[in-house]
Amino acid sequence: MFFLIELYAFLKLVNPSWFHFSLTFVFIGNVEMGTPSVLWNIAKKCFTVGVITLTVSDLFASIVQVRGTSMCPTFNPKTNSLLDSLSEDRVLVEKLCLRNYKLAHGDVVVFSSPNNHKEKHVKRIVGLPGDWVRTIYDVVHVPEGHCWVEGDNSASSLDSRSFGPVPLGLVKGRITHILWPPHRVGSVDRKSPQNRVCAS
Amino acid sequence: MRQWKIIAKEAMARASIITKFLCVLHVTNSYVLSSNHVLGPSMLPTLSVTGDVVLVEHISHRLGKLGSGDLVLVRSPLDPKKSLTKRIVAMEGDKVTFSLDPSRSHSSRSLVVPKGHVWIQGDNLYVSRDSRQFGPLPYGLIEGKVFMRVWPPSSFGFFGQ
Repeated sequence: MFFLIELYAFLKLVNPSWFHFSLTFVFIGNVEMGTPSVLWNIAKKCFTVGVITLTVSDLFASIVQVRGTSMCPTFNPKTNSLLDSLSEDRVLVEKLCLRNYKLAHGDVVVFSSPNNHKEKHVKRIVGLPGDWVRTIYDVVHVPEGHCWVEGDNSASSLDSRSFGPVPLGLVKGRITHILWPPHRVGSVDRKSPQNRVCAS
Repeated sequence: MRQWKIIAKEAMARASIITKFLCVLHVTNSYVLSSNHVLGPSMLPTLSVTGDVVLVEHISHRLGKLGSGDLVLVRSPLDPKKSLTKRIVAMEGDKVTFSLDPSRSHSSRSLVVPKGHVWIQGDNLYVSRDSRQFGPLPYGLIEGKVFMRVWPPSSFGFFGQ
């Protein structure tokens, strides 16, 4: 039983709400407590479901909640400072692009923050390796293996203009569709910025 | 007709076992333990040029238990498809003193490692491309800690400090 709790805690640390959802599902389907063999069956099922969910969310796609207004109006367009958990956008993040790091200008990506590996940010790719990106004061060269990201809402976005180019190894996935709220379900398009980038 | 059903059922059962096995393999490789073939001269004399097989554990870096002196496997900041094996020399907040090109000059530089980054260097300073060239490495690029060598058998064992 201890092992189950430890495993649950470890997986919670590592993989968010997607995993909780599937686990509750399995648990509800196996509600009779009692003899050890039943508990062992439940444990085996939970473990299998957990492992499969973890693999799918690592290699194929996962669902992520977007917080903050730095990607207004693409995500969270209501600039309400009391964004409660239910009204935040949920999006589909696909991981197939990470095989060969095939990313294009205008893709919205999820990446770990260079200053704090536990935080993940959602921004749009403005520059790819080798590009020259025009910021207000300067023209910056994006080194190889890095990308330049910016939020759609330039006024309130902490992005490459503050922490510099982001190594592509920190990119964790590409956002392709919005899944919640229902009236904004649809695909997220590539929006290439005009006149910001001179490709090398 | 019935025979096809039996065959299909057996195929599904076999396929589900294989899928479950591959999923467990992926989870173990990414979150617990994996093996890696490392080669190149940048970590002499700790690791050989011709190639060693080492075991990498993926638990310490998630718990924040890495420190200076640890051998780590990191994703290269210059090419996200490649992995490098280097040693952590300084953690965030530490001051690091290094010489850019030890074979040419004796001059050295110092800097403080920024928050969320580590400073990695190869043991063979003359031929290693590490933080002295590409700067402090974001902690998120660390994939695991190298703790043991399993091949060649003559140098089987744990890595000391």
